Amino acid sequence: MELRIENVGHHYGGGPVLDRISLDVAAGEVLCLVGPSGCGKSTLLRLVGGLEKPAEGRVLTGGDVPEGCLNPISFVFQHFNLLPWRTVSGNVSLVLEGRLGRAARREAIADVLARTGLSDFASALPRQLSGGMRQRVAISRALATRPAVMLLDEPLSALDAQTRELLMEDLVGLWLREPFTAVYVTHNLAEAVRLGHRVAVLSRRPGRVREVVTISTPLGERSAATPEVAEAQAHLWHLIRDEAAAADRTLADA
Amino acid sequence: MPERQATGREVPFRGGGFAPKPVRWVGLSVFAVLLAAWEIGTRTGWIGNLTLPRLSGVGQVFVDLYDSGLLWQHLLPSLERLAAGAAIGAVAGIGVGVLIGLFSLVRAGLVPLVAAIFPIPKIALLPLFVIWFGIGEGSKYALIAFGTFTPTVVATYGAVDNVDRGLIRMGQSFGLGWFSIVWKIVLPGALPGILSGLRVSLAIAIILLVAAEMLGAEYGIGAYILEAGSLYDLERLFAGVIILSILGVLTSWLIGLAERALLAWRE
Ligand SMILES: Nc1ncnc2c1ncn2[C@@H]1O[C@H](COP(=O)(O)OP(=O)(O)OP(=O)(O)O)[C@@H](O)[C@H]1O
Ligand SMILES: [Mg+2]
Repeated sequence: MELRIENVGHHYGGGPVLDRISLDVAAGEVLCLVGPSGCGKSTLLRLVGGLEKPAEGRVLTGGDVPEGCLNPISFVFQHFNLLPWRTVSGNVSLVLEGRLGRAARREAIADVLARTGLSDFASALPRQLSGGMRQRVAISRALATRPAVMLLDEPLSALDAQTRELLMEDLVGLWLREPFTAVYVTHNLAEAVRLGHRVAVLSRRPGRVREVVTISTPLGERSAATPEVAEAQAHLWHLIRDEAAAADRTLADA
Repeated sequence: MPERQATGREVPFRGGGFAPKPVRWVGLSVFAVLLAAWEIGTRTGWIGNLTLPRLSGVGQVFVDLYDSGLLWQHLLPSLERLAAGAAIGAVAGIGVGVLIGLFSLVRAGLVPLVAAIFPIPKIALLPLFVIWFGIGEGSKYALIAFGTFTPTVVATYGAVDNVDRGLIRMGQSFGLGWFSIVWKIVLPGALPGILSGLRVSLAIAIILLVAAEMLGAEYGIGAYILEAGSLYDLERLFAGVIILSILGVLTSWLIGLAERALLAWRE
Protein backbone atom coordinates (compact mmCIF):
# COMPACT_ATOMS: atom_id res chain seq x y z
CA MET A 1 0.00 0.00 0.00
CA GLU A 2 1.29 3.46 -0.74
CA LEU A 3 0.77 6.64 1.19
CA ARG A 4 0.24 10.17 -0.04
CA ILE A 5 0.49 13.20 2.22
CA GLU A 6 -1.14 16.12 0.41
CA ASN A 7 -0.58 19.72 1.50
CA VAL A 8 -0.99 18.83 5.13
CA GLY A 9 -0.93 21.76 7.53
CA HIS A 10 -1.66 21.75 11.23
CA HIS A 11 -1.66 24.14 14.14
CA TYR A 12 -2.19 24.09 17.87
CA GLY A 13 -3.02 26.98 20.16
CA GLY A 14 0.57 28.18 19.93
CA GLY A 15 0.53 28.73 16.16
CA PRO A 16 1.28 26.67 13.06
CA VAL A 17 3.18 23.44 13.52
CA LEU A 18 3.19 21.98 10.02
CA ASP A 19 3.12 23.99 6.82
CA ARG A 20 1.88 22.43 3.58
CA ILE A 21 3.69 19.13 3.81
CA SER A 22 3.49 16.96 0.70
CA LEU A 23 5.20 13.59 0.65
CA ASP A 24 4.66 10.27 -1.12
CA VAL A 25 5.68 6.92 0.19
CA ALA A 26 5.72 4.07 -2.31
CA ALA A 27 4.73 0.53 -1.39
CA GLY A 28 7.62 -1.25 0.30
CA GLU A 29 9.53 1.97 0.83
CA VAL A 30 10.91 3.32 4.10
CA LEU A 31 10.71 7.10 4.35
CA CYS A 32 12.71 8.62 7.18
CA LEU A 33 11.71 11.97 8.65
CA VAL A 34 14.36 14.06 10.32
CA GLY A 35 14.15 17.59 11.63
CA PRO A 36 14.89 19.68 14.69
CA SER A 37 13.08 19.12 17.96
CA GLY A 38 9.53 20.47 17.99
CA CYS A 39 9.23 20.80 14.20
CA GLY A 40 6.14 18.58 14.14
CA LYS A 41 7.43 15.13 13.21
CA SER A 42 5.35 13.33 15.82
CA THR A 43 2.38 15.49 14.90
CA LEU A 44 2.73 14.50 11.25
CA LEU A 45 2.89 10.85 12.21
CA ARG A 46 -0.27 11.17 14.31
CA LEU A 47 -2.01 12.82 11.36
CA VAL A 48 -0.91 10.01 9.05
CA GLY A 49 -2.02 7.39 11.58
CA GLY A 50 -5.45 8.96 12.03
CA LEU A 51 -4.93 9.82 15.69
CA GLU A 52 -5.48 13.48 14.88
CA LYS A 53 -7.30 15.32 12.11
CA PRO A 54 -5.21 17.59 9.88
CA ALA A 55 -6.35 21.22 9.89
CA GLU A 56 -5.53 21.49 6.20
CA GLY A 57 -4.81 18.99 3.47
CA ARG A 58 -5.35 15.27 3.65
CA VAL A 59 -3.64 11.93 3.94
CA LEU A 60 -4.51 9.29 1.36
CA THR A 61 -3.73 5.63 1.06
CA GLY A 62 -3.71 3.77 -2.22
CA GLY A 63 -3.33 0.28 -3.52
CA ASP A 64 -4.21 -3.01 -1.93
CA VAL A 65 -3.60 -3.93 1.67
CA PRO A 66 -1.59 -7.13 2.09
CA GLU A 67 -3.48 -10.36 2.61
CA GLY A 68 -4.55 -10.97 6.19
CA CYS A 69 -3.96 -7.36 7.16
CA LEU A 70 -5.70 -6.61 10.47
CA ASN A 71 -4.74 -2.98 10.95
CA PRO A 72 -3.57 -1.15 7.82
CA ILE A 73 -1.58 1.49 9.70
CA SER A 74 0.28 0.35 12.83
CA PHE A 75 2.41 2.39 15.22
CA VAL A 76 5.65 1.70 17.04
CA PHE A 77 6.00 4.29 19.79
CA GLN A 78 9.07 5.85 21.32
CA HIS A 79 8.11 4.74 24.82
CA PHE A 80 6.88 1.31 23.73
CA ASN A 81 3.40 1.71 25.24
CA LEU A 82 3.16 -1.89 26.37
CA LEU A 83 0.48 -2.90 28.84
CA PRO A 84 2.48 -3.59 32.02
CA TRP A 85 -0.11 -6.11 33.24
CA ARG A 86 0.14 -8.28 30.15
CA THR A 87 2.91 -10.67 29.27
CA VAL A 88 4.84 -10.40 26.03
CA SER A 89 2.44 -12.72 24.24
CA GLY A 90 -0.50 -11.00 25.94
CA ASN A 91 0.62 -7.66 24.58
CA VAL A 92 0.78 -9.06 21.07
CA SER A 93 -2.49 -10.87 21.62
CA LEU A 94 -4.18 -7.56 22.50
CA VAL A 95 -4.18 -6.38 18.89
CA LEU A 96 -5.38 -9.74 17.54
CA GLU A 97 -8.25 -10.35 19.96
CA GLY A 98 -11.65 -10.13 18.36
CA ARG A 99 -10.07 -10.48 14.93
CA LEU A 100 -8.56 -13.94 14.98
CA GLY A 101 -9.79 -17.11 16.63
CA ARG A 102 -7.91 -18.58 19.55
CA ALA A 103 -5.87 -21.04 17.51
CA ALA A 104 -5.03 -18.58 14.74
CA ARG A 105 -4.01 -16.07 17.37
CA ARG A 106 -1.66 -18.47 19.09
CA GLU A 107 -0.10 -19.30 15.75
CA ALA A 108 0.30 -15.64 14.75
CA ILE A 109 1.87 -14.78 18.12
CA ALA A 110 4.31 -17.68 17.94
CA ASP A 111 5.23 -16.71 14.39
CA VAL A 112 5.90 -13.05 15.10
CA LEU A 113 7.79 -13.73 18.34
CA ALA A 114 10.00 -16.17 16.46
CA ARG A 115 10.72 -13.52 13.84
CA THR A 116 11.78 -10.97 16.47
CA GLY A 117 13.69 -13.47 18.60
CA LEU A 118 11.32 -13.24 21.56
CA SER A 119 10.05 -16.83 21.67
CA ASP A 120 11.80 -17.54 24.98
CA PHE A 121 10.24 -14.48 26.59
CA ALA A 122 6.61 -15.10 25.63
CA SER A 123 5.43 -15.27 29.22
CA ALA A 124 7.64 -12.52 30.65
CA LEU A 125 6.14 -9.25 31.89
CA PRO A 126 7.37 -5.96 30.38
CA ARG A 127 9.05 -4.89 33.63
CA GLN A 128 11.29 -7.94 33.45
CA LEU A 129 12.61 -6.94 30.03
CA SER A 130 15.34 -4.52 29.02
CA GLY A 131 14.43 -1.47 26.95
CA GLY A 132 15.58 -3.14 23.76
CA MET A 133 13.47 -6.21 24.42
CA ARG A 134 10.45 -4.04 25.20
CA GLN A 135 10.78 -2.27 21.89
CA ARG A 136 11.09 -5.65 20.19
CA VAL A 137 7.77 -6.56 21.76
CA ALA A 138 6.23 -3.34 20.45
CA ILE A 139 7.61 -4.05 16.99
CA SER A 140 6.22 -7.59 17.16
CA ARG A 141 2.85 -6.20 18.15
CA ALA A 142 2.83 -3.91 15.13
CA LEU A 143 4.04 -6.68 12.79
CA ALA A 144 1.42 -9.11 14.11
CA THR A 145 -1.33 -7.02 12.55
CA ARG A 146 0.35 -7.45 9.13
CA PRO A 147 0.21 -3.71 8.56
CA ALA A 148 0.31 -2.12 5.14
CA VAL A 149 2.15 0.86 6.63
CA MET A 150 4.25 1.04 9.79
CA LEU A 151 4.67 4.36 11.55
CA LEU A 152 7.69 4.47 13.83
CA ASP A 153 8.19 7.50 16.07
CA GLU A 154 11.78 7.52 17.32
CA PRO A 155 11.52 3.83 18.11
CA LEU A 156 15.15 3.51 19.15
CA SER A 157 15.78 6.80 20.91
CA ALA A 158 14.99 5.49 24.38
CA LEU A 159 17.64 2.79 23.97
CA ASP A 160 21.37 2.76 24.53
CA ALA A 161 23.70 2.96 21.55
CA GLN A 162 24.61 -0.74 21.41
CA THR A 163 21.02 -1.90 21.67
CA ARG A 164 20.09 0.64 19.02
CA GLU A 165 22.65 -0.84 16.65
CA LEU A 166 21.30 -4.35 17.23
CA LEU A 167 17.69 -3.30 16.72
CA MET A 168 18.59 -1.40 13.59
CA GLU A 169 20.01 -4.62 12.17
CA ASP A 170 16.85 -6.43 13.25
CA LEU A 171 14.67 -3.90 11.48
CA VAL A 172 16.71 -4.20 8.30
CA GLY A 173 16.43 -8.00 8.57
CA LEU A 174 12.68 -7.84 9.04
CA TRP A 175 12.31 -5.53 6.06
CA LEU A 176 14.48 -7.78 3.88
CA ARG A 177 12.41 -10.84 4.78
CA GLU A 178 9.13 -9.13 4.12
CA PRO A 179 9.33 -5.54 2.84
CA PHE A 180 6.92 -3.17 4.58
CA THR A 181 6.00 0.44 3.88
CA ALA A 182 7.12 2.70 6.70
CA VAL A 183 7.47 6.26 7.88
CA TYR A 184 10.32 6.38 10.35
CA VAL A 185 10.85 9.46 12.51
CA THR A 186 14.26 9.86 14.08
CA HIS A 187 16.73 12.39 15.41
CA ASN A 188 19.58 10.12 14.64
CA LEU A 189 20.98 10.70 11.16
CA ALA A 190 22.92 7.43 11.25
CA GLU A 191 19.62 5.62 11.73
CA ALA A 192 18.00 7.60 8.93
CA VAL A 193 20.66 6.73 6.36
CA ARG A 194 20.77 3.07 7.37
CA LEU A 195 17.04 2.47 7.22
CA GLY A 196 15.62 5.02 4.80
CA HIS A 197 15.22 4.63 1.08
CA ARG A 198 14.56 8.34 1.20
CA VAL A 199 15.10 10.85 3.99
CA ALA A 200 12.87 13.93 4.24
CA VAL A 201 14.38 16.88 6.09
CA LEU A 202 11.92 19.19 7.83
CA SER A 203 12.68 22.77 8.77
CA ARG A 204 12.15 24.01 12.30
CA ARG A 205 8.65 24.90 13.44
CA PRO A 206 6.48 25.40 11.42
CA GLY A 207 7.76 22.26 9.71
CA ARG A 208 8.21 22.40 5.93
CA VAL A 209 9.88 19.85 3.71
CA ARG A 210 13.33 21.30 3.00
CA GLU A 211 14.72 18.49 0.95
CA VAL A 212 14.22 14.82 0.27
CA VAL A 213 17.46 12.87 0.00
CA THR A 214 17.36 9.57 -1.89
CA ILE A 215 19.79 6.81 -1.01
CA SER A 216 19.94 4.12 -3.67
CA THR A 217 22.19 1.55 -1.96
CA PRO A 218 19.93 -1.41 -1.06
CA LEU A 219 19.17 -1.68 2.68
CA GLY A 220 20.89 -5.04 2.98
CA GLU A 221 24.21 -3.70 1.69
CA ARG A 222 24.51 -0.61 3.83
CA SER A 223 26.92 0.02 6.65
CA ALA A 224 28.31 3.19 8.19
CA ALA A 225 31.32 2.81 5.87
CA THR A 226 29.35 2.63 2.60
CA PRO A 227 30.40 5.77 0.70
CA GLU A 228 26.92 6.81 -0.38
CA VAL A 229 25.60 6.32 3.13
CA ALA A 230 28.39 8.36 4.72
CA GLU A 231 27.97 11.05 2.11
CA ALA A 232 24.21 11.24 2.65
CA GLN A 233 24.73 11.52 6.39
CA ALA A 234 27.19 14.39 5.98
CA HIS A 235 24.81 16.13 3.62
CA LEU A 236 21.89 15.73 6.03
CA TRP A 237 23.94 17.12 8.89
CA HIS A 238 24.85 20.08 6.76
CA LEU A 239 21.15 20.69 6.04
CA ILE A 240 19.98 20.29 9.58
CA ARG A 241 22.80 21.88 11.55
CA ASP A 242 21.72 25.50 11.48
CA GLU A 243 18.05 24.64 11.91
CA ALA A 244 18.87 22.52 14.95
CA ALA A 245 20.97 25.28 16.48
CA ALA A 246 18.20 27.82 15.92
CA ALA A 247 15.48 25.48 17.20
CA ASP A 248 17.55 24.80 20.29
CA ARG A 249 17.54 28.49 21.13
CA THR A 250 13.78 29.13 20.82
CA LEU A 251 11.48 29.24 23.80
CA ALA A 252 8.90 26.50 23.72
CA ASP A 253 5.88 28.77 24.24
CA ALA A 254 7.15 31.87 22.42
CA MET B 1 55.93 13.31 40.10
CA PRO B 2 53.65 14.40 42.91
CA GLU B 3 53.46 11.79 45.58
CA ARG B 4 50.07 10.17 45.92
CA GLN B 5 48.89 9.91 49.47
CA ALA B 6 45.60 9.25 51.09
CA THR B 7 44.53 12.27 53.11
CA GLY B 8 42.79 9.97 55.56
CA ARG B 9 39.34 11.49 55.53
CA GLU B 10 36.64 9.18 54.27
CA VAL B 11 33.86 10.57 52.10
CA PRO B 12 30.86 10.73 54.42
CA PHE B 13 27.86 8.60 53.39
CA ARG B 14 24.81 10.73 52.73
CA GLY B 15 22.56 8.60 50.54
CA GLY B 16 19.98 6.03 51.52
CA GLY B 17 16.58 6.30 53.14
CA PHE B 18 13.29 7.35 51.54
CA ALA B 19 12.68 3.76 50.50
CA PRO B 20 10.20 1.99 52.79
CA LYS B 21 10.79 -1.73 52.96
CA PRO B 22 8.87 -4.39 54.83
CA VAL B 23 10.18 -5.04 58.34
CA ARG B 24 8.82 -8.17 59.96
CA TRP B 25 7.45 -8.44 63.49
CA VAL B 26 7.79 -4.75 64.29
CA GLY B 27 4.04 -4.17 63.95
CA LEU B 28 3.31 -7.07 66.28
CA SER B 29 6.00 -5.94 68.73
CA VAL B 30 4.45 -2.49 69.00
CA PHE B 31 1.13 -4.12 69.88
CA ALA B 32 2.79 -6.47 72.36
CA VAL B 33 4.68 -3.68 74.13
CA LEU B 34 1.56 -1.51 74.42
CA LEU B 35 -0.52 -4.39 75.74
CA ALA B 36 2.18 -5.39 78.23
CA ALA B 37 2.47 -1.80 79.48
CA TRP B 38 -1.30 -1.72 79.84
CA GLU B 39 -1.49 -4.92 81.87
CA ILE B 40 1.50 -4.08 84.08
CA GLY B 41 0.29 -0.52 84.56
CA THR B 42 -3.17 -1.55 85.68
CA ARG B 43 -1.87 -4.35 87.92
CA THR B 44 0.62 -2.18 89.77
CA GLY B 45 -1.95 0.55 90.17
CA TRP B 46 0.18 2.98 88.18
CA ILE B 47 -2.84 3.28 85.90
CA GLY B 48 -5.98 3.74 87.99
CA ASN B 49 -8.97 1.41 87.81
CA LEU B 50 -11.20 4.17 86.55
CA THR B 51 -8.75 5.24 83.86
CA LEU B 52 -8.46 1.88 82.14
CA PRO B 53 -9.84 -1.58 82.82
CA ARG B 54 -7.37 -4.41 83.22
CA LEU B 55 -6.31 -6.12 80.03
CA SER B 56 -6.89 -9.51 81.65
CA GLY B 57 -10.37 -8.32 82.57
CA VAL B 58 -11.05 -7.47 78.94
CA GLY B 59 -9.69 -10.90 78.02
CA GLN B 60 -12.11 -12.49 80.47
CA VAL B 61 -14.97 -10.63 78.75
CA PHE B 62 -13.87 -12.18 75.46
CA VAL B 63 -13.84 -15.64 76.98
CA ASP B 64 -17.32 -15.11 78.42
CA LEU B 65 -18.58 -13.75 75.11
CA TYR B 66 -17.24 -16.78 73.30
CA ASP B 67 -18.52 -19.31 75.85
CA SER B 68 -22.02 -17.88 75.89
CA GLY B 69 -22.19 -17.78 72.09
CA LEU B 70 -22.92 -14.06 72.30
CA LEU B 71 -19.78 -13.30 70.33
CA TRP B 72 -21.21 -14.76 67.15
CA GLN B 73 -24.63 -13.39 67.91
CA HIS B 74 -23.15 -9.90 67.83
CA LEU B 75 -20.50 -10.43 65.22
CA LEU B 76 -22.49 -12.16 62.49
CA PRO B 77 -25.15 -9.49 61.96
CA SER B 78 -22.41 -6.85 62.02
CA LEU B 79 -20.38 -8.68 59.41
CA GLU B 80 -23.46 -9.08 57.27
CA ARG B 81 -24.27 -5.36 57.46
CA LEU B 82 -20.68 -4.44 56.76
CA ALA B 83 -20.41 -6.78 53.79
CA ALA B 84 -23.74 -5.79 52.24
CA GLY B 85 -23.40 -2.04 52.84
CA ALA B 86 -19.78 -1.82 51.77
CA ALA B 87 -20.39 -3.98 48.70
CA ILE B 88 -23.29 -1.82 47.55
CA GLY B 89 -21.35 1.39 48.19
CA ALA B 90 -18.12 0.18 46.60
CA VAL B 91 -19.73 -1.26 43.49
CA ALA B 92 -21.86 1.85 42.94
CA GLY B 93 -18.87 4.07 43.72
CA ILE B 94 -16.58 2.29 41.26
CA GLY B 95 -19.31 2.40 38.61
CA VAL B 96 -20.01 6.10 39.02
CA GLY B 97 -16.28 6.87 39.33
CA VAL B 98 -15.52 5.11 36.05
CA LEU B 99 -18.37 6.98 34.33
CA ILE B 100 -17.03 10.29 35.64
CA GLY B 101 -13.59 9.33 34.41
CA LEU B 102 -14.86 8.43 30.95
CA PHE B 103 -17.56 10.97 30.10
CA SER B 104 -17.05 14.71 30.30
CA LEU B 105 -20.77 15.31 30.69
CA VAL B 106 -21.05 12.98 33.66
CA ARG B 107 -17.95 14.58 35.13
CA ALA B 108 -19.33 18.10 34.77
CA GLY B 109 -22.61 17.00 36.31
CA LEU B 110 -21.48 14.80 39.16
CA VAL B 111 -18.12 16.02 40.42
CA PRO B 112 -19.61 19.10 42.14
CA LEU B 113 -22.38 16.91 43.56
CA VAL B 114 -19.89 14.42 44.97
CA ALA B 115 -17.85 17.29 46.41
CA ALA B 116 -21.01 18.57 48.08
CA ILE B 117 -21.91 15.18 49.54
CA PHE B 118 -18.44 14.09 50.61
CA PRO B 119 -18.04 16.32 53.71
CA ILE B 120 -21.51 15.63 55.11
CA PRO B 121 -21.10 13.41 58.18
CA LYS B 122 -23.24 10.52 57.02
CA ILE B 123 -24.15 9.77 60.65
CA ALA B 124 -26.16 12.98 60.66
CA LEU B 125 -28.37 11.52 57.96
CA LEU B 126 -29.22 8.37 59.90
CA PRO B 127 -32.69 9.61 60.92
CA LEU B 128 -33.40 10.39 57.28
CA PHE B 129 -32.38 6.89 56.26
CA VAL B 130 -34.59 5.45 58.97
CA ILE B 131 -37.54 7.32 57.49
CA TRP B 132 -36.67 6.23 53.96
CA PHE B 133 -35.62 2.65 54.54
CA GLY B 134 -37.19 1.73 57.86
CA ILE B 135 -35.64 1.00 61.22
CA GLY B 136 -34.57 -2.49 60.11
CA GLU B 137 -31.59 -3.54 58.07
CA GLY B 138 -32.38 -1.22 55.16
CA SER B 139 -31.33 2.00 56.85
CA LYS B 140 -28.13 0.37 58.12
CA TYR B 141 -27.15 -0.85 54.68
CA ALA B 142 -27.96 2.57 53.26
CA LEU B 143 -25.83 4.43 55.79
CA ILE B 144 -22.80 2.19 55.28
CA ALA B 145 -23.26 2.12 51.49
CA PHE B 146 -23.58 5.89 51.29
CA GLY B 147 -20.49 6.44 53.42
CA THR B 148 -18.44 4.02 51.33
CA PHE B 149 -19.76 5.44 48.07
CA THR B 150 -18.26 8.96 48.06
CA PRO B 151 -14.62 8.14 48.83
CA THR B 152 -14.77 5.27 46.34
CA VAL B 153 -16.07 7.60 43.61
CA VAL B 154 -13.31 10.13 44.22
CA ALA B 155 -10.57 7.49 44.29
CA THR B 156 -11.92 5.77 41.18
CA TYR B 157 -12.17 8.75 38.92
CA GLY B 158 -8.77 9.92 40.05
CA ALA B 159 -7.41 6.50 39.16
CA VAL B 160 -9.07 6.57 35.73
CA ASP B 161 -7.64 10.05 35.11
CA ASN B 162 -4.19 8.73 35.92
CA VAL B 163 -4.23 5.95 33.36
CA ASP B 164 -1.40 6.53 30.89
CA ARG B 165 -2.93 8.32 27.87
CA GLY B 166 -0.18 6.84 25.72
CA LEU B 167 -1.65 3.39 26.32
CA ILE B 168 -5.09 4.59 25.26
CA ARG B 169 -3.71 6.15 22.07
CA MET B 170 -1.90 2.89 21.44
CA GLY B 171 -5.17 1.00 21.71
CA GLN B 172 -6.84 3.42 19.30
CA SER B 173 -3.94 3.20 16.87
CA PHE B 174 -4.46 -0.55 16.67
CA GLY B 175 -8.15 -0.10 16.01
CA LEU B 176 -9.41 -1.45 19.36
CA GLY B 177 -13.05 -0.65 20.02
CA TRP B 178 -14.24 1.61 22.80
CA PHE B 179 -15.30 -1.26 25.04
CA SER B 180 -12.02 -3.08 24.52
CA ILE B 181 -10.09 0.04 25.45
CA VAL B 182 -12.12 0.53 28.62
CA TRP B 183 -12.03 -3.13 29.61
CA LYS B 184 -8.47 -4.00 28.65
CA ILE B 185 -6.64 -0.72 29.20
CA VAL B 186 -8.54 1.78 31.36
CA LEU B 187 -9.86 -0.55 34.06
CA PRO B 188 -6.67 -2.57 34.65
CA GLY B 189 -4.72 0.70 34.63
CA ALA B 190 -7.04 2.22 37.22
CA LEU B 191 -7.11 -0.85 39.46
CA PRO B 192 -4.17 0.13 41.72
CA GLY B 193 -5.82 3.47 42.52
CA ILE B 194 -9.22 1.87 43.02
CA LEU B 195 -7.85 -0.70 45.47
CA SER B 196 -5.97 1.86 47.53
CA GLY B 197 -9.16 3.93 47.60
CA LEU B 198 -11.04 0.89 48.90
CA ARG B 199 -8.69 0.70 51.87
CA VAL B 200 -9.98 4.08 53.01
CA SER B 201 -13.59 3.39 52.04
CA LEU B 202 -13.73 0.14 54.02
CA ALA B 203 -12.31 1.78 57.13
CA ILE B 204 -15.06 4.37 56.84
CA ALA B 205 -17.58 1.54 56.43
CA ILE B 206 -16.50 0.09 59.80
CA ILE B 207 -16.89 3.47 61.48
CA LEU B 208 -20.39 3.80 60.06
CA LEU B 209 -21.26 0.24 61.04
CA VAL B 210 -21.09 1.24 64.70
CA ALA B 211 -23.10 4.38 64.05
CA ALA B 212 -25.76 2.40 62.20
CA GLU B 213 -26.06 -0.13 65.01
CA MET B 214 -26.53 2.50 67.63
CA LEU B 215 -30.08 2.93 66.41
CA GLY B 216 -32.53 0.10 66.70
CA ALA B 217 -30.19 -2.85 66.64
CA GLU B 218 -30.53 -5.54 69.27
CA TYR B 219 -27.41 -7.41 68.21
CA GLY B 220 -24.23 -6.17 66.60
CA ILE B 221 -20.86 -4.85 67.72
CA GLY B 222 -22.18 -1.31 67.69
CA ALA B 223 -25.15 -2.20 69.86
CA TYR B 224 -22.85 -4.05 72.22
CA ILE B 225 -20.48 -1.10 72.53
CA LEU B 226 -23.33 1.34 73.01
CA GLU B 227 -24.83 -0.75 75.80
CA ALA B 228 -21.47 -1.16 77.52
CA GLY B 229 -20.81 2.55 77.18
CA SER B 230 -24.10 3.60 78.70
CA LEU B 231 -23.37 1.36 81.70
CA TYR B 232 -19.76 2.60 81.93
CA ASP B 233 -18.70 -1.01 81.69
CA LEU B 234 -15.22 -0.26 80.43
CA GLU B 235 -14.13 -3.87 80.11
CA ARG B 236 -16.94 -4.69 77.70
CA LEU B 237 -16.51 -1.38 75.93
CA PHE B 238 -12.87 -2.23 75.26
CA ALA B 239 -13.76 -5.73 74.14
CA GLY B 240 -16.09 -4.22 71.53
CA VAL B 241 -13.53 -1.67 70.41
CA ILE B 242 -10.88 -4.36 70.02
CA ILE B 243 -13.24 -6.35 67.81
CA LEU B 244 -13.56 -3.26 65.57
CA SER B 245 -9.79 -2.88 65.40
CA ILE B 246 -9.45 -6.52 64.42
CA LEU B 247 -12.05 -5.96 61.70
CA GLY B 248 -10.02 -3.04 60.42
CA VAL B 249 -6.81 -5.03 60.34
CA LEU B 250 -8.61 -7.90 58.61
CA THR B 251 -10.09 -5.76 55.82
CA SER B 252 -6.75 -4.09 55.26
CA TRP B 253 -5.15 -7.53 55.07
CA LEU B 254 -7.77 -8.71 52.59
CA ILE B 255 -7.10 -5.72 50.35
CA GLY B 256 -3.40 -6.48 50.61
CA LEU B 257 -4.15 -10.01 49.41
CA ALA B 258 -6.22 -8.68 46.53
CA GLU B 259 -3.42 -6.29 45.59
CA ARG B 260 -0.87 -9.06 45.61
CA ALA B 261 -3.09 -11.24 43.47
CA LEU B 262 -4.30 -8.63 40.99
CA LEU B 263 -1.33 -6.28 40.82
CA ALA B 264 1.51 -8.78 40.67
CA TRP B 265 2.63 -7.05 37.47
CA ARG B 266 3.64 -3.97 39.47
CA GLU B 267 6.68 -5.80 40.98
N1 LIG C 1 -1.39 18.37 21.76
C1 LIG C 1 -0.67 19.49 21.57
N2 LIG C 1 -1.16 20.69 21.94
C2 LIG C 1 -0.45 21.82 21.74
N3 LIG C 1 0.75 21.86 21.17
C3 LIG C 1 1.30 20.71 20.78
C4 LIG C 1 0.61 19.47 20.95
N4 LIG C 1 1.39 18.48 20.46
C5 LIG C 1 2.50 19.08 20.00
N5 LIG C 1 2.45 20.42 20.19
C6 LIG C 1 3.46 21.38 19.77
O1 LIG C 1 3.66 21.21 18.41
C7 LIG C 1 5.02 21.28 18.09
C8 LIG C 1 5.45 20.04 17.36
O2 LIG C 1 5.39 18.94 18.25
P1 LIG C 1 5.89 17.50 17.85
O3 LIG C 1 5.79 16.65 19.06
O4 LIG C 1 5.15 17.05 16.65
O5 LIG C 1 7.40 17.78 17.46
P2 LIG C 1 8.54 16.74 17.12
O6 LIG C 1 9.12 17.16 15.84
O7 LIG C 1 8.04 15.35 17.22
O8 LIG C 1 9.56 17.03 18.28
P3 LIG C 1 10.58 16.03 18.96
O9 LIG C 1 11.67 15.88 17.99
O10 LIG C 1 11.02 16.76 20.18
O11 LIG C 1 9.85 14.76 19.24
C9 LIG C 1 5.77 21.48 19.38
O12 LIG C 1 6.12 22.85 19.46
C10 LIG C 1 4.79 21.12 20.45
O13 LIG C 1 4.97 21.94 21.57
MG1 LIG D 1 8.38 13.69 18.56
